[in-house]
Amino acid sequence: MIVALLKKEITLELRKKSVIAGIGLYLFSLTFICYITFALRQNSINAATWSALFWLVILFSVVNSLAKSFIGEKKGLAIYYYSLASPQAIILSKIIYNTLLALLLSLAGLLLFTLLIGNPIQDLRLFIVTLIFTSIGFSSSLSLISGIASKANNSNILMAVLSFPVLISILLMAIRITKNALDGIDLAASYDELLNLLAINCIATALAYLLFPYIWRS
Amino acid sequence: MKQNWWKYIGVLLLIYVHLGGLMLEAPRLNILNETVRALYFHVPMWFGMVLLYMISVFYAIKFLRNPLSDADVKSVEYAHVGTAFGILGILTGMLWANYTWGSPWHGDPKQNGAAIALLVYLAYFVLRGSIENDEQKARLSAVYNIFAFAAMIPLIFIIPRLTDSMHPGNGGNPGFNAYDLDSRMRLIFYPAVAAWFLIGLWIVSLRVRYRILQNHLTE
Repeated sequence: MIVALLKKEITLELRKKSVIAGIGLYLFSLTFICYITFALRQNSINAATWSALFWLVILFSVVNSLAKSFIGEKKGLAIYYYSLASPQAIILSKIIYNTLLALLLSLAGLLLFTLLIGNPIQDLRLFIVTLIFTSIGFSSSLSLISGIASKANNSNILMAVLSFPVLISILLMAIRITKNALDGIDLAASYDELLNLLAINCIATALAYLLFPYIWRS
Repeated sequence: MKQNWWKYIGVLLLIYVHLGGLMLEAPRLNILNETVRALYFHVPMWFGMVLLYMISVFYAIKFLRNPLSDADVKSVEYAHVGTAFGILGILTGMLWANYTWGSPWHGDPKQNGAAIALLVYLAYFVLRGSIENDEQKARLSAVYNIFAFAAMIPLIFIIPRLTDSMHPGNGGNPGFNAYDLDSRMRLIFYPAVAAWFLIGLWIVSLRVRYRILQNHLTE
């Protein structure tokens, strides 16, 4: 069931080309604004600023693109899915799909940053592991919150308001590992943070799995 | 909680804490000096906040298991009073930091964590405000309450311990730990925590009764 739902998500996504193009353009615009506002042809930025800019761009584009996982769905369509599948299968397929999307966005963001702003990362392997972990965390938190926000009136504002405080703990860990990756410090120094990130991901996924059945009925 | 004895205990303890906390001898510690007395008023706010939020989450879980409207009212009111405690905790902390660190907002990990905890619950109130259907409001906000509380724990309890902080009790600074919490201070500190918590419970019980009466009137 999860596989079938996952296939449905991906085919739907590929069918609506304008949505993917929109997300890509959003990411590109954000990166380009960073490039323009810092006047990077003349100046260069230090590693800490690079990390802050990168995570801001990723945060905003991920929140905006994952928000649509429940918010954009038509009411009748949702009822149809719910009559076919269990809520657990729906949330798990959403989380897996959103993880892939968030990871794709993060990698695309990294590529754009490398092109426009430069790539000061010394330990690329560690950084990509971090991107994978944060994608899982972002997607499990945002899938549930998108489900909550879709039921309310001003969904889009609510999405940002509800998700930012929850995402800060993931972001703090990620920024700390990024600093290690930027300085090229030995992998062993980041084990604690990676483990913390993994623990936060487990909590977020478990909670999304347990709590989603309570919101899908309404 | 029909009996009133615990309210009397709360009031008496609070009178004791104010008199004793301001007039009794306090240990001389480096940097802190007389500001160590903030311990009796600032730290109980955080204990109170965390306890009240925990009870709020407990009622949120109770509501999801068995949707009675009473559990929802209790959950919200515990969150309200917990937030009030948190705001007081931040304000007393800023007052203290102004004299000890030189500026009210110092960007310390503990300050940031506290601010984020408040943001979470302010977002919770915004969520409640933007859903019209009462039953749906109760269910969705209970889900967010549980989720946000679980996401907040690493923030408040783990992250400040990973980084260096200038907050007393961290990184070799004198403060709240077994070695330098003077036995004289303990005599006032523990009653202070109990007293503020009892006062918090009292405020919650009044607000819950008021809200339930209001609901009866509108039905």
